[in-house]
Amino acid sequence: MKILVCIKQVPDMESRFRPDSAGVWFSDTDLAFRMNEYDEYAVEQAVRLKEQLGGEPELTVLSIGPDRVVEAMKKALAMGCDRGVQVQDPAVHLKDPWQVASVIAAFAKSENFDLIFAGLQSLDRGSAQVGVSIAELLNYPCATTVVGFEYADGMLTVKRELEGGIKGIVQLRTPALVTCQLGLNVPRYPTLPNIMKAKKKEILAIPVADLLHEEPRTVTGSFHAPAKKGSGVVLEGDVGSQVDKLLGILREKTTVLR
Amino acid sequence: MKALLVGEYRDGKLLEYSYELFGFAAQLGADTAMVLVGRDGEFLQYSGKLYLADVGKYGEYNPDLHKKLVLAAVEREKPDYVVFLHTSYGWDLAPRIAAALGVAAISEVLAVVEGGFELPCCNSKMRRTVKPQGAGAVLTLQGGAFPVQKPGGTPQLQPLDAEGTARVTFLGYEPAAEKGVDLAKAEVIVSAGRGIGKMENVPVIAALAKALGGELGASRPVVDGGWVAHGHQVGTTGQTVNPKLYIACGISGAIQHLAGMKKSGFIVAINKDKDAPIGEVADVLVVADVMQFVPALTAKLANR
Repeated sequence: MKILVCIKQVPDMESRFRPDSAGVWFSDTDLAFRMNEYDEYAVEQAVRLKEQLGGEPELTVLSIGPDRVVEAMKKALAMGCDRGVQVQDPAVHLKDPWQVASVIAAFAKSENFDLIFAGLQSLDRGSAQVGVSIAELLNYPCATTVVGFEYADGMLTVKRELEGGIKGIVQLRTPALVTCQLGLNVPRYPTLPNIMKAKKKEILAIPVADLLHEEPRTVTGSFHAPAKKGSGVVLEGDVGSQVDKLLGILREKTTVLR
Repeated sequence: MKALLVGEYRDGKLLEYSYELFGFAAQLGADTAMVLVGRDGEFLQYSGKLYLADVGKYGEYNPDLHKKLVLAAVEREKPDYVVFLHTSYGWDLAPRIAAALGVAAISEVLAVVEGGFELPCCNSKMRRTVKPQGAGAVLTLQGGAFPVQKPGGTPQLQPLDAEGTARVTFLGYEPAAEKGVDLAKAEVIVSAGRGIGKMENVPVIAALAKALGGELGASRPVVDGGWVAHGHQVGTTGQTVNPKLYIACGISGAIQHLAGMKKSGFIVAINKDKDAPIGEVADVLVVADVMQFVPALTAKLANR
């Protein structure tokens, strides 16, 4: 069985974001990067499936981007993936979700994966399109927003999270693709021995030009901070005076302290 | 300009938020038609064309066939835009429709702006404007971004059918977990977010809730991580609340959380990130380390 896990490297979301020189995405200087949180659940579920099947499946982890994305792939390899594929693209942030999906599908086509895991969405772009679009391009059945996953004999039984906490239970047969929602499992922390072992695992590099055959379908105009809607008071300074100021405001504006 | 709006039907009912699609179409200044996999006799307050496929035949979630049904309506209506809500139904189906039509998919539209559509990015901290390259696009709209609008009247029914096999089999629904705590009745809610750092810090937040005579709430990551029981979760997949006072401790303010608490009477956010999106809805933003500020506040309340 061959399994692909698609991951993205994203900035820490507590960072301050500033527009890049073209004004269409963030400048990545001074940002700390990590694996997209949704994708950690995807990696974990793939590794659990490999363990369930006695280690038989081969797990490939793929990421598109500049050389720094190798760091995110190393984490996935330390969690239990077998080999990495870096699609080298220093300008992946200028590709739209359709192009990103087409690049992954172009790689996956000749590999005949039985199962593909992706995160529901990325924290930075957040389109939630890439996973489903890969499935459409490969003509695989696909279930999105998965919070429960079972596999037996080529059949997936998954729970999709719907609005209001309701779940929809669906079945689909491999080859298939699922997109993983937060809370699907508890992603493991790589252990030191596994981090050392991961250093020896193969990471194949493929130039994006070899896989990109699609034009963008969207154009980004600008990247900017939201117009400040909140007329809220901002309290800064030392904790003691913040507490006093807040209590003063609560006495004046609410009835809960009376 | 014409927009084909894709309504949502679940567990035997039209979902009320489908009417936000009409609010969007009005802002866009587009003529409308709606497509729905639902049931005849469903009371849709709309006098335009309704392409209706029978939910008894096609099921409530069936991506292969729902895709064909929407495409059949597109074929007949030839719209400039096909519009979904950005929900588990919309984000699942919209990219499939866009791929089949060979047009742009644009997700989670917040507003119609000069030069295209405004979208959130970077976990809602930032915005970008995007427009389709070429004609036509498939859009999903952020829930609550556009007003509910009920055009009124009785729809002109256009029966809709499609053929094909379904590769995803729907087995049924699992109901939402028991609420446990009825946060809807609480006058004060103090919620813990990931910013509290670790599970061992939950009692510090609970102590503030107790000092204010309120209940403990929680954001999704805290519940997913097992720090707080699901019954305390506030947001789209938890409870929707409107207490007199809501205190968000170390909660960045993901849209799913904001949707569950932004109608609270007075909102205080404690966060070390001054730019966190929770600041957009907060009446007071305390820029501080939660684990320093909260115990100090609780102590002061105890000495009152």
